[in-house]
Amino acid sequence: MKAAVIVFPGSNCDRDLKTAFQAAGFDVSMVWHKDATLPDGVDLVGVPGGFSYGDYLRSGAIAAQSPICRAVADHAVRGGYVLGICNGFQILTETGLLPGALMRNQRIKYICRTVPLVVGEGDSVFTSGYEAGQTIHIPIAHHDGNYVADDQTLERIRAEGRVAFTYADNPNGSVHDIAGIVSENGRVLGMMPHPERAADPALGNTDGRRLFAGLAEAFATA
Amino acid sequence: MKARVIVMLKTGVLDPQGEAIRHALGAMGFDGVEGVRQGKVIELELADSTSEDEITRMCERLLANTVIESYRIET
Repeated sequence: MKAAVIVFPGSNCDRDLKTAFQAAGFDVSMVWHKDATLPDGVDLVGVPGGFSYGDYLRSGAIAAQSPICRAVADHAVRGGYVLGICNGFQILTETGLLPGALMRNQRIKYICRTVPLVVGEGDSVFTSGYEAGQTIHIPIAHHDGNYVADDQTLERIRAEGRVAFTYADNPNGSVHDIAGIVSENGRVLGMMPHPERAADPALGNTDGRRLFAGLAEAFATA
Repeated sequence: MKARVIVMLKTGVLDPQGEAIRHALGAMGFDGVEGVRQGKVIELELADSTSEDEITRMCERLLANTVIESYRIET
């Protein structure tokens, strides 16, 4: 079980994500954004939170054009797994691996607090550690987390069961309370909340741990 | 040559920053500000041989996120 975590200039959740992957049993390598290839045999790529390239132009826009993102896109096209958290979600929408976009929070403010999330109905491996409809508490920390997409896209992702998480109490204006979505094949997840910040008892919250455990279980039995 | 790219949120996409500006103007006593949209201006210094097509590709691939933004090129 091999995972890679991408490091951009301005990433700041890369080591937390590495720790969460390791705790779930993954061998983790850190991959610099200028690398054009992923290490051999990587099953899962983590695109971490932070402020890649200082959020210049738009959050995630410059990172999406970096050499490693081409490799991540190829990995996804080959059916590989990708987990983008916060800025990682923004990067995945900017690369086009996930539909829609993340705009400035509706009430403008940067929001940093733990919020209740409801687990979606879909059968994605990312949510396999949870029950559909279960409420979990996960921290958010973002300025641009207001998910938008056109009506046709929204209808499609909802009909296909691709909404992985919704906010129980919408903090940022996201359409349909969307906090996280998966790709058509269910193998790419983008989410604004930070499960890696709730994956160790020392952090006072382990609600995020089952996301990583569910992934590890899926790979172990594959 | 120079080109100027104006990027705006598409009509119908709520602009929280524009709304905040509108509120601030109202609070300052400027009555009658019915709407504010905030966008960005990107000025490009380009080789004379740069075609409009190429600038369009720059906009489509990087300068604007066409999911939520529209753009206009002035040369």
